[in-house]
Amino acid sequence: MPGTATLILLETTTSNLRSASLPTISAARKLAQANGGAVVGVVIGSGIGAAAQDAARYVDKVLCCDNPALSAALAETWAPVLVAAVKKIDAAALVASATSTGKDVLPRAAGLLGAGMASDIVAVTGTKTFRRPTYAGNALTDVEVLTPVVVATVRQTEFPPAAPAASAGTVEALEPGPIDALGSELVALHTSKSARPDLAEAKVVVSGGRGLKDATNFKVLEELTDLLGGALGASRAACDAGMVPNDLQVGQTGRVVAPDLYFAVGISGAIQHLAGMKSSKVIVAINKDPEAPIFQVADYGLQATWESTVPPLIAQIKALKAAG
Amino acid sequence: MKILVPCKRVPNPDLKLKVANGAVELAGTTWQVNPFDEYAVEAALRLTEKGKGGERVGEVVAVSIGPKDTSAQLKQLLAMGANRAILIAGDDSALDADRVARILRAVVDAEKPDLVVMGKQAVDGDDNQVGQILAASLGWPQATFLASILLAADGKSATVTRELDTGVEERRMRLPAIMTVDLRIIGKKAVRNEALAPATAEWEDTQRLASLKGIMAAKKKELREITVESLGVSGGILVKTVSHEAPPARKAGVKVASVEELVAKLHNEAKVI
Ligand SMILES: Cc1cc2nc3c(=O)[nH]c(=O)nc-3n(C[C@H](O)[C@H](O)[C@H](O)COP(=O)(O)OP(=O)(O)OC[C@H]3O[C@@H](n4cnc5c(N)ncnc54)[C@H](O)[C@@H]3O)c2cc1C
Repeated sequence: MPGTATLILLETTTSNLRSASLPTISAARKLAQANGGAVVGVVIGSGIGAAAQDAARYVDKVLCCDNPALSAALAETWAPVLVAAVKKIDAAALVASATSTGKDVLPRAAGLLGAGMASDIVAVTGTKTFRRPTYAGNALTDVEVLTPVVVATVRQTEFPPAAPAASAGTVEALEPGPIDALGSELVALHTSKSARPDLAEAKVVVSGGRGLKDATNFKVLEELTDLLGGALGASRAACDAGMVPNDLQVGQTGRVVAPDLYFAVGISGAIQHLAGMKSSKVIVAINKDPEAPIFQVADYGLQATWESTVPPLIAQIKALKAAG
Repeated sequence: MKILVPCKRVPNPDLKLKVANGAVELAGTTWQVNPFDEYAVEAALRLTEKGKGGERVGEVVAVSIGPKDTSAQLKQLLAMGANRAILIAGDDSALDADRVARILRAVVDAEKPDLVVMGKQAVDGDDNQVGQILAASLGWPQATFLASILLAADGKSATVTRELDTGVEERRMRLPAIMTVDLRIIGKKAVRNEALAPATAEWEDTQRLASLKGIMAAKKKELREITVESLGVSGGILVKTVSHEAPPARKAGVKVASVEELVAKLHNEAKVI
C-alpha cells in the first residue's frame, strides 16, 4: 500500500513558481486532506534553486531535481523523475496542471507507474474519485482510479489559486537517476511574448472568430482587450486562417477559459468552442446571424456586425471609465 | 517507412449528446473516425508521398479497437489511402487509456512500425493519454500536440513543432517514435518526408476525402479482424467510469438592441465593467 502524500509537479521559471500551478495546489490540498497526508511539490529543471524556495511557500515539502540535462521539459526525462519522486515519498497521488507540460508528461509518468490517470479533473470527490468533463463538456463524468497510486491533471479554471501556506515547507534535493532523452532534443521555443494576462487566468477574455475576416481586423479587438485589461482569444477558424497565433485558440482542444467576462465576436459557437468558454461568468456575443448558436449560451447577445458595434463599444467603455 | 495509425470511432460530435440516468445514450448516434485520428492518417499518408497526388512509397496501417461495425470507419481510412487495417474486437466499456495503450503495444511489437502517428485525443473521452502511455510502455520518444512533422531524408529522425499553451516548440527526435497530432497538422506544408517530397511540396489545407477510385481500391485491401486475446494482452482497466451527468445548463440570456444597452447592462446589472 502506498503512503498518504500527494505529490504535485510544480511548474516554474528559474526563479519563480508559475501561477498556472496555483489552482492545482488547491486541488492537491483537497486530495491531501482526503488522504490525510502531506502536499509535496516536485520542481524539475536546471538552476531552479530560487524557484524551489518560492514553491516551498505553498507546500509541506519541495523535492528539487536540479540538473543541467533537465532544463527542457521533455517527457522522456521528466516522467522518470516524477516516478522517482513518487517512490521516494511513497506518494498516494501525483497531480499536475492540465497545461501543455502536464498533459504531455503526466500520462507518460502514469504509464511508467502502471497507475490509472484522470485527465483534466474539475472536482476531487474522494481519495480516488474525480469528476471530469467529457464529450466536449457535454457530459460530466465521475471516474474512479483503481490503482494504488492515483494520477491526475487538473483543469486550472475550476480551482481557486492557492495562497501560501501558514509556514513554508522544506526543500530537499531529489536525485534524478540516469537521464536519457531517448534522442529527443529541444531545438527552439518560440513563446508568444505578450504583456497581457494568460488566457486561463484573465478576468476578461475577448475572442474573435472567422467573422473578423483577417488579421488586421483583430487590432480593434486588441484595443477592447487592453482597455479591459484582458486576454485575447480566438476560435479555431481564426487560428487556422492565420489571423492570430494558434495558442490563442479557446475550446475543447485549445485553451479552457473561465473569466468574469467573455466576448465572442464573429464566432458562431460550435460545441468545440463552447467547451472552452462556457464556464465564463458573463458571456457577450456579437454576431450578425440571429441563428448563431453562440446566442444560446450568451448572457447578452447583440445581433449586429462587429464593424458597427465594437468601435462604439470601445468609445463608450472609455467614456464610462473616464466618468467613473 | 511503415507507419502505424491507431484510430478510434467516436459518436458524431455535432449531434446533441443524450445524458440520462447516469449514462450517455449512444444508441441513436452515427459514428465517425475521431477527427484527430483522421488528421493522423492524412499526416501518415503525406509522409509516404512524393508530393500531393504523387507516387507513394511506404505503408500506412490503420488499427482500431472497437465493435464489429468499426469496420465501416476503417474502410473509410482504407479508401483515403491507408494500405491495410486491423480491427481488434473491443468495447469502450471494457477499455481505458492504459488498456488501449497495452493493446497497441502488442500491435507495435507484432507490426514493428518505424513510426506511430495518432490523434492527440479522442473527442469523446477527451483523455489525451494513450500516445504518451504507449510511448512509456515501449520506451520510445514521444512528441505530442504536433503542428508539423519533417521526416529526415535518412528516415531515422524527424524535426517537429508542438503547439503549446504559450507558443510553439521545435524538437528533433529519433525514430521509432510516437507522435500525436494537433489540428494544424493538416496545413498545406505541415508534413513532409525529405526523402520523398521536395521542399516546395504542398497538399490541400485539409484531410483528403475518399475518392471513388479510393473506395473501389479499398475493397481489395486487407482488413484483418483479430481479438485482444490473440495478441496475448491480459489484465483489466485502471480507471473505471462510474457515471455521467449532464452539465448544468446556462440560464437563458437576453438580446440587447444596441451598444448603449449592452454597456448599461454590463455596468449596472452584471457589474463586470
Ligand atoms: C477535432 C476538432 C477540434 C476543434 N476544436 C476547436 C476548439 O478548440 N476551438 C474552436 O473554436 N473550434 C474548434 N473546432 C472547430 C469548430 O468546430 C468550428 O469550426 C469553429 O469553432 C468555428 O469558428 P468560428 O465560429 O470563428 O467560424 P464560423 O463557424 O464560420 O462562424 C463565423 C461567425 O461569424 C459571424 N460573422 C460573420 N461576419 C460577421 C460580422 N461582420 N460581424 C459579426 N459576426 C460576423 C457569422 O455569422 C458566424 O456565426 C474544432 C473542430 C474539430 C473538428
